[in-house]
Amino acid sequence: MNFITIDKKDWTTGIDKSRETYQVFGPVQDENGCQIKPLAPDVHPLMDAGVTVMSPKSVLFPQTQKMLTATLDASIEDHHVMKPVKKDDTPRVVLGIRPYDARAILLVKLNFDNPDYQDPYWCEAYAATTFVGLGVNHPGPCDFSTSTGCGPFSEEGLDVLMADLDDRYLAKILTEKGETWAGACGFDTRADAAESQSLFDILRKEAEKNITSVDTDQLSEKSILDLYEAPFWDDVAFSCINCGTCTFVCPTCWCFDIQDETKHKTAVRFRNWDTCMSPLFTHHASGHNPRGSKVQRVRQRFMHKLKYFVDKYDQGIMCVGCGRCVASCPVNIDIREVCTIMNNYESK
Amino acid sequence: MENPYVPYPVRIDDIEVATEDKSLKTFTFVFQNPADEEKFAYKAGQFAELSIPGVGEIPIGIASSPVEKGFVKFTVFRTGMVTTHLHNMKKGDIMGIRGPLGNWYPWEKLENKNVVIIGGGFAFTTLRSSIVYMLDPANRSRFKNIDVVYGARSPGMLLYREELFDWEKRDDINMHITVDGTDDPEWQYHTGFVPQVVEKNAPPADEDTYAIVCGPPIMIKFTQPALTKLGYQEHQIIMSLENRMKCGIGMCGRCNIGKELVCKDGPVFTLEQINQTPKEY
Repeated sequence: MNFITIDKKDWTTGIDKSRETYQVFGPVQDENGCQIKPLAPDVHPLMDAGVTVMSPKSVLFPQTQKMLTATLDASIEDHHVMKPVKKDDTPRVVLGIRPYDARAILLVKLNFDNPDYQDPYWCEAYAATTFVGLGVNHPGPCDFSTSTGCGPFSEEGLDVLMADLDDRYLAKILTEKGETWAGACGFDTRADAAESQSLFDILRKEAEKNITSVDTDQLSEKSILDLYEAPFWDDVAFSCINCGTCTFVCPTCWCFDIQDETKHKTAVRFRNWDTCMSPLFTHHASGHNPRGSKVQRVRQRFMHKLKYFVDKYDQGIMCVGCGRCVASCPVNIDIREVCTIMNNYESK
Repeated sequence: MENPYVPYPVRIDDIEVATEDKSLKTFTFVFQNPADEEKFAYKAGQFAELSIPGVGEIPIGIASSPVEKGFVKFTVFRTGMVTTHLHNMKKGDIMGIRGPLGNWYPWEKLENKNVVIIGGGFAFTTLRSSIVYMLDPANRSRFKNIDVVYGARSPGMLLYREELFDWEKRDDINMHITVDGTDDPEWQYHTGFVPQVVEKNAPPADEDTYAIVCGPPIMIKFTQPALTKLGYQEHQIIMSLENRMKCGIGMCGRCNIGKELVCKDGPVFTLEQINQTPKEY
């Protein structure tokens, strides 16, 4: 494994150089807080940002995305025939993505890239993207990433993992994509591998001391129906206002809606993020709703993340411990507490 | 990379009003590109997304049968935005079909078995597909006795009436047609709800008999005890579920019952499978 060292004085020059090859995404401050967004040519990433308000899932899965289009003008050939819109799948790099968000992308990949179907919008964007991660030196109070198969310096899903060493970044090149990115930036100062790895280990251990832990070890043993019928859901859901914030900020929530719109003679089919917190999500045309009550929807969210996903994919829970939903919930529902209740539940 | 969201372009070849209240119409579609018909190869029990550009998509069971070539048929109840738009479309209009989607009735398992088909109201579309499939001369010998219990509110609400009465005359299928009630003095079939007709007329279960049940929730609820009385085990009761869907390919996340997705792991499940999962349908 290659390690390189990047002097912070050379960082912006290198990033600017890479813009010839890559569309650059990174954390920036906007009116809604800190977000990972495409950077304008004169903007540089805020590398010391904390947890971004929204996760970077939108880099591959935009909140609104055009999918298909058709002309409704009967005088034009192929009218009413829906065709894919042109996409921009030129190389892009995400700078400063945190390890928990990189793992989330691998979990979301299980949904969008499976043996039966591949979602071309997500898969082609994924193939075009290089992920340059930054280890978490100072985990926030809601971070529980070590309990989710991840951690502050986890390498999973990343092409490069960097550590912030005040005046420089130490970067571990993990894939060929990462190597190419470093080359495009002109970052080529090799660092000693053994020494660099031990620095990473020290930083990781230091960061892990500040991360709370949540037990998930019993979840796979429980029966779906026992958990589903458990008596604690009313209490868990009591304060929920079904705002859906938890699902929108979540890096692993992938549900979407498909809608059509028409302007003049052009029809467009696009998808939007959707949320299982909304009654409309499951509302049948007949009026019947299998998840018509709030408690059913709250239960669905936690059962999906902490039980259905666990059983279906055998890849742990569908949560990376970023803590965004905990921090953003207006009524203080805490997935760590719900996970503990579920993990410890014994049916009578 | 293949794009599973792109529908095959089709032309509406025929529109038939299917019920006396005009709330159901049967649409016959022909593929614009003949090669797409082959790609759309389906089995009885599957569904497809009917796709109207600028309006939206709806998941609908395929009513035509794999043994019927040159067209596909769907019977659609007018209930929401897309179905209302579809009901107002005309012969010759162009739209799309995406599929086939989901699993199908377990035809391999049903081979050399007695098959009892139980349907109610307008949930008879994939059952029609199944009956036509089994009665096809190339397939009939692969199945033992075929019984069909089908009921609707009134004679005019029965789907595919002409075919029903044709099947009634055959000796290789036992039809038990019923209506909730009728003032037609000529009515020569059953009167009464489906569960009662099942209890009285469906063959009792042995290990070689399977029931396929498709209908409104209330019918399913009361048919289950009737089948249990007749000795059917949970694994011998096969059902097709419906849930709100968008993508139809297991990605958009809304149609799950527990960890199963109705669109991709279903819509066909045995009662045994359904009983092991939350009943969120």
